[in-house]
Amino acid sequence: MLEIHNLNARVEGADILRNLSLSIKPGEVHAIMGPNGAGKSTLGNVLSGRPGYEVTSGEVLFNGKNLLELEIEERAREGLFLAFQYPVEIPGVTNMEFLKASVDARRKHLGMSDLSSFDFMKLARETSKKVSLDPAFLKRGVNEGFSGGEKKRNEIMQMMLLEPNLCILDETDSGLDIDALQVVAAGVNAMRDGKRSFIVVTHYQRLLDYIVPDFVHVLAAGRIVKTGGKDLALELEARGYAWLEDEGA
Amino acid sequence: MTEQVESLIRKDYSAGFHTNIESDTLKPGLDEDVVRFISAKKEEPEWMLEWRLKAFRAWQEMEEPTWAHVHYPTINFQALSYYSAPKSMADKPKSLAEVDPELLDMYAKLGIPLHEQEALAGVAVDAVIDSVSVVTTYRAKLEEAGVIFCPISEAIKRFPELVKKYLGTVVPQKDNFYAALNSAVFSDGSFVYIPKGTRCPMELSTYFRINEMNTGQFERTLIVADEGSYVSYLEGCTAPMRDENQLHAAVVELVALDDAQIKYSTVQNWYPGDKEGKGGIYNFVTKRGICHRNARISWTQVETGSAITWKYPSCILKGDNSVGEFYSVALTNNFQQADTGTKMIHIGKNTRSTIVAKGISAGRSQSAYRGLVRINAGAEGARNYTQCDSLLIGDRCGAHTFPYIESKNSSAQIEHEATTSKVSDDQLFLCQQRGLDAEKAVSMIVNGFCREVFKELPMEFAVEAGKLLEVSLEGSVG
Repeated sequence: MLEIHNLNARVEGADILRNLSLSIKPGEVHAIMGPNGAGKSTLGNVLSGRPGYEVTSGEVLFNGKNLLELEIEERAREGLFLAFQYPVEIPGVTNMEFLKASVDARRKHLGMSDLSSFDFMKLARETSKKVSLDPAFLKRGVNEGFSGGEKKRNEIMQMMLLEPNLCILDETDSGLDIDALQVVAAGVNAMRDGKRSFIVVTHYQRLLDYIVPDFVHVLAAGRIVKTGGKDLALELEARGYAWLEDEGA
Repeated sequence: MTEQVESLIRKDYSAGFHTNIESDTLKPGLDEDVVRFISAKKEEPEWMLEWRLKAFRAWQEMEEPTWAHVHYPTINFQALSYYSAPKSMADKPKSLAEVDPELLDMYAKLGIPLHEQEALAGVAVDAVIDSVSVVTTYRAKLEEAGVIFCPISEAIKRFPELVKKYLGTVVPQKDNFYAALNSAVFSDGSFVYIPKGTRCPMELSTYFRINEMNTGQFERTLIVADEGSYVSYLEGCTAPMRDENQLHAAVVELVALDDAQIKYSTVQNWYPGDKEGKGGIYNFVTKRGICHRNARISWTQVETGSAITWKYPSCILKGDNSVGEFYSVALTNNFQQADTGTKMIHIGKNTRSTIVAKGISAGRSQSAYRGLVRINAGAEGARNYTQCDSLLIGDRCGAHTFPYIESKNSSAQIEHEATTSKVSDDQLFLCQQRGLDAEKAVSMIVNGFCREVFKELPMEFAVEAGKLLEVSLEGSVG
C-alpha cells in the first residue's frame, strides 16, 4: 500500500524528516507518536503534497505509483486522505456542494459516473448521521462557524464519503472531548475493512484505546526510533519520550 | 501560492470575436452637427433634438471627473465616432426573418439565439449592437399585457408623451460629464413601461454589444413602472477584443411609482483588455432609480469585464416606506480597474436601504468600493445596512473602500460592516486534498464568497454569473 524509503524533507530550510522509512500493508493501522517537533504532522503534509514541504531525497510508493511525482489532487483521487488537525473554513461554499465535487472527482478518477444529486444527498445525509452531525450541517458553509468537535466530525464524514485507501489522521483527537472522541473513533473503526490502511498521528495514548493500532511508531528528530505493538503506547504514556529521544539522537 | 494564483487568473476572453457586418459609421468627431445628424438619422421630433442640444451645450462646459481611483490616458473625445449602425438596419426589419443572418449568428455565438428565444419562455430580448436596437422579441405577448418594451428611438416616436414626461427626470442632462455626453449623442437603448397594477409576465432582457472599431456606445435605458406594477429586467454586455480602448457611456433611469417594484440585474462582461492591460472597454455609466411611496428598486450586478469601470447604480428613496437595494459582485483581474458602488439617498420617512458589495481582485488589478448613504433631515426612521467585503487573490492586486455616510436625522440607523480576506493557501490545500484541481477550488471559493449576491439574480442568470466568474478567473492558479 505505502512504502516510504529514506525520506528526507525540509520546511522553511530546516530538515524535519531524516531518512524516514515505513512500510504499510493493506488493512493495517499504524500509530505515529512522539514529542512536539518530532515531525509527526510533517509526515502527513509531505505525503499529501502540501506546498512549503520540500522533499530533498527519498522515495514513496503508493499503490505502486511514485507518490512524490503526483499533484496534490492526484494523490487525493488515488485514495490518499488527510484529516486535518485544524480544518479551515470556506465561507459560502456549502458542505454539500464541496463534498459532491470531491466525491465526483474521486469517482471520475476511478472511472465511475457522477452520483445524481438526489443519490448523493441521500448518501451524505446518512453519513452525517453516522458521525452524529445534524444533516443541517450539509447546507452550511464548509466548517463555517463549526465548533472544534464539529469540524473534526466533518473531516471524518468526508473520509467516509471519499472511501480512501489510506487515511492519515493528523492529531484528530486534539481538542476533542471524550464523547466526540468516541464518535470519531467509531467512524474510523467502521471503516476498517481489512483493506483500507490508516496512519493515526497522535500525542496521546487515549485515542488508541478506541482505535487500536497494529503498530506504534515513535518519531523523534525526524526518524522512527522505535516500533512496537499497541503496548508500546501504554509504555510511552507511563515513561514519556525522553528515554527514546536519547536513543534516537 | 502567489505563482499558483497568478497562473489561474489567465484566461482568454470568449466573447471576443468581431462580426463582419457592413456598417454605416459616422466619421470621428463631435460637434452640434453630429448631434443633429444622430437626431435626424433617428427621425426624431424637434423637442428631442432640442433636448440633446441642451445636453451637448452643457457637456462642452463640463470637465471630465478625476476623483475616481482609476488611471487611464486622457480620452480624445474628438477621435471617436458617435454613430455606427449595421448597414442592413437601414431598412428596418419587421420580423426576425428579415434580420441579417450574420447578425443573428453573432447573437448565437454570444449564446443568445434569438430564434430560440420564443421557445425559451419567459425572456424577452432587446438586442443593441453598436448603437442600434436590432430586434425586440416577444413584443406581441408583452403588448397583450399592456407592457411596452421597445427601442427607445421607437418610443420617442410612438410614445412621446411618456418619454417626455420621464426622460432626464432621474438623471438630468447636466448630471455629470458622461451623462451629459450620453444625453447628447445616445443613439438607442431600451424603453419599458409597465402599466398600473401589472406584473410583467416575463423577464425582460437587453444584450448590448459593441462591434465596430473606434466607436463609442451610448445607450439610454428608461424603465417606468407605474403604480403597483412589477418588472424584472436583465442586461448583458460583451464586446470584441481590440487593442484600442473603446468607450461605453450609458445612462439608465428607473422610475418606480407608488407601490411599484423594479428589479434590475446586470451581467457585464465587456472586453477587459489583454493580460498586459492593452485594450478593453472604458465603462463610464450612470444608473439611477427613483422610488415613490412604498416602491422598491433592487440593483444586482455582476461585473467581470471592462478595462475601467466607473459605475454607481443608485436609489433616490423619495417616497415614504420605499426600499433601495444594491447587490454587487465586481471581479477584476490582470490590469483591470474598477471604481464602483452605490448611492442611497433617503428622503422619505421610514425608507430602508441594503447594500451588499463584494469585490474580488486578482492579478495586478485594483478594485474600489465607493458608496454614499445620505439621510436627509426629513427621513424620519430611515435605516441602512451596508456590508462590503473584499477578497484578494495573489499579492499584487488591491482592494479599496470609500464609504461616505451623511446623516441629518438623528432617528436614522446606519450599519456598516466591512471585511477583507484572501483566498488562503490552507483553503486551496483543503480543496486539492479532497481531489479538486486548483482552478476549480478557486472558482468554488470565489463563488461561495459571492453567494449572497448571486441569490438575488434570476435563477438562470445566477448560473450564468457563476460560470462567468469561473471563466474570468481561469489561469489565476496553477
